[in-house]
Amino acid sequence: MGLMEKLFGRDWGIHPDDHKRPAADAVTRTMPVPERLFVSLSQHLGAPARPVVLVGQKVRKGERLADPQGAVSAAIHAPTSGTITAIGEIPAPHPSGLPVLAITLEADGLDAWADLEGLNDPFLLPPAEISKKVAEAGVVGLGGATFPAALKLSLSEKAKVTTLVMNGGECEPYLSCDDRLMRDSAAAIVDGIGLMLHATGATQALVGIEDNKPEAIAAMQQAAAAQPHIRICPVPARYPMGSEKQLVQELTGHEIPADGRPGDVGVVVHNVGTAWAVHQAIRFGRPLVARLITVNGGCVAQPGNIMVPLGTLVEEVLAFAGGLNSAPARLVMGGPMMGMSLPQARVPVVKGSSGILALSAAEVAERTEEPCIRCATCVGACPMGLLPLDMARHIQANDLKGAVKTGLKDCIACGCCAYVCPAHIPLVQYFSHAKGELSAQEREKLRQESNRKLAQSRAQRLEREAREKAEAAARRKAERAAQAAATPESQAPSNLPAPQGATA
Amino acid sequence: MTPFAYTAVQTVASPHAHGGNAVSRTMLRVQLALTPATAYAFWLFGWPAFFLWLITLGACLLFEFISLRLMGVPHIRRTLGDSSALLTGWLLALTLPPWAPWWVGVIGAFIAIVIGKQVFGGLGQNVFNPAMVARVALLISFPLPLTQWVTPLPLTTLAAPGFIEGLQITLAGLPPPDAMASASLLGYAKTELSRGSDLVQALAAGHAPLISWIGIRAGSLGESSALLLLAGGLFLLATGVIRWQIPLAVFAGLAIPAAIGHALDPAHYLGVIPHVLSGAAVLGAFFIATDYVTSPTTAPGQLIFGIGVGLLTWVIRTYGSYPEGMAFAVLLMNALTPIIDRYTKPRILGRTRAGKPLDIPAKKGA
Repeated sequence: MGLMEKLFGRDWGIHPDDHKRPAADAVTRTMPVPERLFVSLSQHLGAPARPVVLVGQKVRKGERLADPQGAVSAAIHAPTSGTITAIGEIPAPHPSGLPVLAITLEADGLDAWADLEGLNDPFLLPPAEISKKVAEAGVVGLGGATFPAALKLSLSEKAKVTTLVMNGGECEPYLSCDDRLMRDSAAAIVDGIGLMLHATGATQALVGIEDNKPEAIAAMQQAAAAQPHIRICPVPARYPMGSEKQLVQELTGHEIPADGRPGDVGVVVHNVGTAWAVHQAIRFGRPLVARLITVNGGCVAQPGNIMVPLGTLVEEVLAFAGGLNSAPARLVMGGPMMGMSLPQARVPVVKGSSGILALSAAEVAERTEEPCIRCATCVGACPMGLLPLDMARHIQANDLKGAVKTGLKDCIACGCCAYVCPAHIPLVQYFSHAKGELSAQEREKLRQESNRKLAQSRAQRLEREAREKAEAAARRKAERAAQAAATPESQAPSNLPAPQGATA
Repeated sequence: MTPFAYTAVQTVASPHAHGGNAVSRTMLRVQLALTPATAYAFWLFGWPAFFLWLITLGACLLFEFISLRLMGVPHIRRTLGDSSALLTGWLLALTLPPWAPWWVGVIGAFIAIVIGKQVFGGLGQNVFNPAMVARVALLISFPLPLTQWVTPLPLTTLAAPGFIEGLQITLAGLPPPDAMASASLLGYAKTELSRGSDLVQALAAGHAPLISWIGIRAGSLGESSALLLLAGGLFLLATGVIRWQIPLAVFAGLAIPAAIGHALDPAHYLGVIPHVLSGAAVLGAFFIATDYVTSPTTAPGQLIFGIGVGLLTWVIRTYGSYPEGMAFAVLLMNALTPIIDRYTKPRILGRTRAGKPLDIPAKKGA
């Protein structure tokens, strides 16, 4: 980071209006359990969970509803007590609105926990036990990527990481759920961090918090005061500071290689919300069945943070929050920079839902796309050092190879380029489209490759069979010929009257 | 339960927020930055200058409209509304002699908009700066009207042509009276040099730097007041429309060789001040070389580009047969822009400059 870096291009990212207050300063509310919950089976990265309950079955809060399926997956638990009334498809909380499998749970109003058991002295247990317990609680990364937390913990232990980077950056505008959680439950988070340190074998934890959250920084500093190996590190507020590669570089100075993981530089990154969930899972045995969600946006009457049972419909959350002032121009799940636009409000809250935004037309600022004027504002904004305008140009010309060469695969879809573009070019849409095209092409290539291999092995087999047949035929022919050749001497006498010796 | 009805009309990709910048806003800011210097030039050179400016802008809009119509562009009004054609016309007008006849503006507008821009595919697609293409084409095709400079006759002076007289000068193409004909500083220096006289003596009278700052001297509309142009340029820098790299590099590319030349041989090389404050240097550095479409996209690329423009301008001014070389220099560097862009790509995070992934560092204690 010399003068050259300062002058030439490491001034990455953007400084958007954060819109975090007043939502961040409003007292956290807890939403009562609605009559019916729709618990999606795809709340994590990886394969959907496999239901282990039957329709009509009564469950208690925290009981397991579905098992993880495959290596990357997570268990799902009942967010309240009640009766399973259906296992079927509902619209997914995704722009496509495509159906997703979900378990419908009719609440009995008691909200009674199952018998749960916490660990009194988890630090006496081997690290693998902690990971196991975290896996049993169905904890996933709550920053948004929803990668199964237990898997990340055990992989980090195997990779022998030394530093645990805790992401409390929350660089997305509008969102304040991590901020609120750090203010309200700093002690629980710090305890969770301690547990994660134990589980990963890392020797220090660096908690990165953007300096626009002074209350959270103070609360965390106080909670971690007695633990010198947990350092609270204020970082400059800048989007996307909460992105893994950027935060690791900011806190540790290590640059993660393009094809590598944080583990390659001895680091593992977890969200502060995940630390809270780990604390809950280990200390009380409570699985992840509710999460803190920011409800915000110009159309929300009383913006704030709400603890919501997983499976609650977005429209119910909005109603509990105090309803809307006006019909929103766009409903978004997550932050405005990387969140997903929702097709409708009757979709359930999932583990990765950090926010529900009801944005007004003025906030969305929808504009028609104009031609690129090569102003290169996007180049200055890109945190990865890419040339978004060149990538878009290649994609427009259907030149995927060119786009990959200009860095398409390094794009983290943070949206900085599209945010600053004066021509309102939907750059992220171009890149997502191209990435989709690319993976489709790669799948097609794999398919063709396997077809080719199959055809090749079939041809080889046929050839081998034909050769074997021919060889067998030749062998038989040779045998016959040999026999035929041998006959005049050995067999010819048989045609003759028996030798006298035979009768002799 | 439902307090509102909501169904997304179409799926939209993130981000769901925007910084608020717009092409039209950028263009507007550039025009705003040009206004003081332009208004001052009108006062200096009177009605003919205003008419020429008006005709050039109008012709640019007209040719843009015709081109878009011929190409079947659906939203002509919106495209015209981005005011890029207006800006091109404005910049072209500023490079013309103030009393040039109307057809110079119209032909210039045609070359700039149709040949310089729309033929390449419209806004954002052209390789060369349209205003400079027009300026150079005009200079080569019609050298006489393009080099007839007049001494400033501020509007308030009695001798200044009135409204009607101004119209006659612009529309009828009357050459300026001999008494008013003058040479720009760079032209004068070139002539004096070719006559074999010493620059130190030739420039001793009448060409004080102060005059260049204020701009009461012969020249095109846009070389009138370095001070007002500088103010406009600083406004663009302050509002983030342009970055500092290109203007600074242009001045460096021009001033450094000028300083060296002048120090070695003041009789044959103009000094830094006349170079930087004359001709299109200030206008070019802030408003022309910084054209987004035709300049490199990365900071190092912009530095190289700017130095190239400045240096080539000095070379053409000093050794070429034209007194002013900014337009040529800009066009030459425009041609190099794709190559500069190619070799000044930023390093991708996690990769080496060559694009290979960084090595995984050897782990301690592993």
